[in-house]
Amino acid sequence: MKTIKNRYTIIIAGVPLTFLALFYFYPLIKIFTLSLIPDHALDLREFGKLISTPYYIRTLWFTTWQAAVSTVLTLIIALPGAYIFARYRFPGKNILQSFTAIPFVLPSVVVAAAFHALLGPRGILNTWLMNDFAFAAPPIQLDHTIWFILMAHVFYNYTVVLRIVGSAWSRLQPGLTEAAHMLGASPWKAFWKITFPLLFPSISAASLLVFIFCFSSFGVILILGGPRYATIEVEIYRQAVHIFNLPMAAALSLIQIFFTFAFMWVYTTLQRKTSVALYPESRRATQKTPVRLRERIIVWGNVLVMVLMLGGPLASLVIQSFRAPDGFSLVFYRAIFENRAQSIFYIPPVEAIAYSVGFALAALVMSLIIGGCAATFIVRGGKRITSLFDPIFMLPLATSAVTLGFGYIIALDRPPLNLRTSIILIPLAHTLVAYPFVVRSILPALRSIPENLRESAAMLGASSLQVWMKVVMPIVRRSMIVGAVFAFTVSIGEFGATVFVARPQTPTMPLAIYRFLGQPGVMNYGQAMAMSTLLMLVTAVGFLFLEKIRITSEGEF
Amino acid sequence: MDLPVEPEPDNAGGGMKAYEKVILQRDGFFLLQDEVILMKRYGIYFFILAISLTALIGCSRGCKPEDTTIVNVMTHDSFSISEGVIAEFEKKNNVNIRFIKSGDAGAALNQAILSKENPLADIFYGVDNTFMSRALKAGIFETYDSPMLNSVDDRFKLDPEHRLLPVDYSDICLNYDKAWFRDKGIKPPENLEDLIKPEYKGLSVVENPATSSPGLGFLLATIGHFGSEHYLDYWKKLKNNDVLVTDGWEDAYWGQFSAASKGIRPIVVSYASSPPAEVHFSQKPLDEAPTAAVTGPGTSFRQIEFAGILKGCENPEIARNLMDFMLDKTFQEDIPLQMFVFPVNRQAQLPAVFSKHAKLADQPVKVSPEDIAKNREKWIEAWTINVLR
Repeated sequence: MKTIKNRYTIIIAGVPLTFLALFYFYPLIKIFTLSLIPDHALDLREFGKLISTPYYIRTLWFTTWQAAVSTVLTLIIALPGAYIFARYRFPGKNILQSFTAIPFVLPSVVVAAAFHALLGPRGILNTWLMNDFAFAAPPIQLDHTIWFILMAHVFYNYTVVLRIVGSAWSRLQPGLTEAAHMLGASPWKAFWKITFPLLFPSISAASLLVFIFCFSSFGVILILGGPRYATIEVEIYRQAVHIFNLPMAAALSLIQIFFTFAFMWVYTTLQRKTSVALYPESRRATQKTPVRLRERIIVWGNVLVMVLMLGGPLASLVIQSFRAPDGFSLVFYRAIFENRAQSIFYIPPVEAIAYSVGFALAALVMSLIIGGCAATFIVRGGKRITSLFDPIFMLPLATSAVTLGFGYIIALDRPPLNLRTSIILIPLAHTLVAYPFVVRSILPALRSIPENLRESAAMLGASSLQVWMKVVMPIVRRSMIVGAVFAFTVSIGEFGATVFVARPQTPTMPLAIYRFLGQPGVMNYGQAMAMSTLLMLVTAVGFLFLEKIRITSEGEF
Repeated sequence: MDLPVEPEPDNAGGGMKAYEKVILQRDGFFLLQDEVILMKRYGIYFFILAISLTALIGCSRGCKPEDTTIVNVMTHDSFSISEGVIAEFEKKNNVNIRFIKSGDAGAALNQAILSKENPLADIFYGVDNTFMSRALKAGIFETYDSPMLNSVDDRFKLDPEHRLLPVDYSDICLNYDKAWFRDKGIKPPENLEDLIKPEYKGLSVVENPATSSPGLGFLLATIGHFGSEHYLDYWKKLKNNDVLVTDGWEDAYWGQFSAASKGIRPIVVSYASSPPAEVHFSQKPLDEAPTAAVTGPGTSFRQIEFAGILKGCENPEIARNLMDFMLDKTFQEDIPLQMFVFPVNRQAQLPAVFSKHAKLADQPVKVSPEDIAKNREKWIEAWTINVLR
């Protein structure tokens, strides 16, 4: 049954494509034109330099392999977590789940501070090892090593795998593996032959997000890795900002975009071949309380990993926000509420929270609409549409923020799109980075809906809107919430795009943190830590609220 | 499945549609019953939508221009000034000043250059002498021979055409952790040569000149001091003495410097005005700064910051007034405690914490903006190859 309803298709394809055309391709083409065709003649000298300089080849190679290793590590560490979240009920589960996404909102300077406090040469762990085990020098030396980069990437991306794979796993009928067991398969064989292939679409979706995230990694590399390591994104920043060599920055950006597109293309081809439609199972039927000893060990062991790996650095931040030079104190929290310097750029915490949450909600709504339409378009379209548009929809996530920021300056400067310094540009830029997460979250769920479920609904007289609301929506809702959580997180952490967008006073929480860290002095550092703690708190409350929506809704998949 | 589902045969044509019943019977769980539940379920999304729309409308209202003229000032993220000072100018001239922050100093300037056909602002604040040539070459600034320049020493006026007017300055130099050197009984560093001595092995952290402006300033100090033929020899020795390079000031100061963090390196490249900032932003009042700046002859690079009126701006008249105001005493005296740099107006009084704890460099190293413009890329490239790779 291939009756493409043209009107709907136009709307569904039109929304994300218009958005991309206006806020992605148009500014990007403008800046590329300016950089590479300065005097109406194509200047490709920089490309030649790029290909012939070993340094750039090495940078590309480093960018690729560190992203691949980070992705594999994240999968290894997070898949067991996804399993217990999908299959077991245990106390504190919801709180734990929202807490795993908190790293995502923290600026990399703050994450660096957290890791230093824990694992630095004078950090908690080294001090303990040196005192109790009589090491002469700090035994753990992570600073400016590849290990630090990999660790931070796992720290940031754990939640991506946990949520995307976890939500798919919980839709999977346990009956399938039980049948395999009954037929004599070992648990390991049952996993490899049944569970893994069925989970593959969501595992690959999560891996792709993690990979792209690490491929375009910027702050982590710059701050934790130190200047010896450079990804393409870092090199673009150096070229564009410090050397102001726009042709080279443009050439590097194009390379970055090209590679992302290529990875995506391989991925979508794979994805199409592996996707299996299944009747989704309700969560109620797939989850149980851990009873046997082995189950308990698996569940609580994983919880322990999460608490130590993610909770350790976060806790060290919170502790620092309370630790003044002379002991425990609330002095930093009191200080963020007063404008001691009388500065015009003082950011009252309440206002910062209001702005951050406001932008995040706006970005969330826009991302859901755009991401939802994009995913529906991909699922409904034929093979050709999928293999072309799926990669295109992912490009913004892997496009250099500085290039795009410069593009906005020259492209959005005239009515009707005179948005250069408009406050609207900020949630728009956030949406651009956030909606790919929505697409990746809901695509596996959308694909898993058996066609005959829709068909039978349509045959029995449901309009396509009704089919969507009553068949599709309940099945993908949980994935949509996963996407919504990501959109909210990406925006509240000001991840990526907006760093290079010129903006009037829009006091968000991450900006407040950067402001404090810009000047020396104990009070500045303490206030930055207090503001970071506040950011974590607001994020966690936001998540709990989003999760709440899901718990109270009935008949969910 | 908390809601009881009782499909009654006689209700089949009413509350539930046939296809719902089919799904319901097939899987044995509840889907949707009627529109009331629909609203109940999706109400939350409408709620979020409503809130965010309200928020958006709210903020676009709040930022809507009023009847008074708006003067836009484009600047970098580190810029700061007192509310009262700005309010004074706004009241006197019946205008509103809006600050547009555009990333770090380099990113902000590049955005100003990119938007030169259609400037984002009336005034740009924060081009330093390392970026000066790039700004002048791009031709984005208008000449303005402000009468207030009379109160500024000639050594700060690097642009004879007055397109860029000096507003503040500071010295990029070494800072050290006083307590650390006292405890270890080692003599604190006094000059650049000290850093390559064996007893200073592994003690210093510097910033990458390719990504950080104090880093570039310090590289220029070494080039000015040792000469462009020999500075690399110094850096090679420094590298052998286990110097640590970070990409930005934040990581160096908050991540590695022993006086400000859990780091273990007691020497950092920062500003001569960082010690007074340590006193000013201390938790308890301090008599003495915990850090000190090395300001002896030939050890520091003087960074001068400029502001200029953007060519083709909307309000050139008021922009000139604002430029005068920025060079006037009120604004200039506000600069030190807001940005921890020194005012260029010689009549401006320094605040107590500055006069007590801040030192100015004694004979800072001189490198002309033309030299910097000509060699910047080459020097950074050579440095990168020799120190990082």
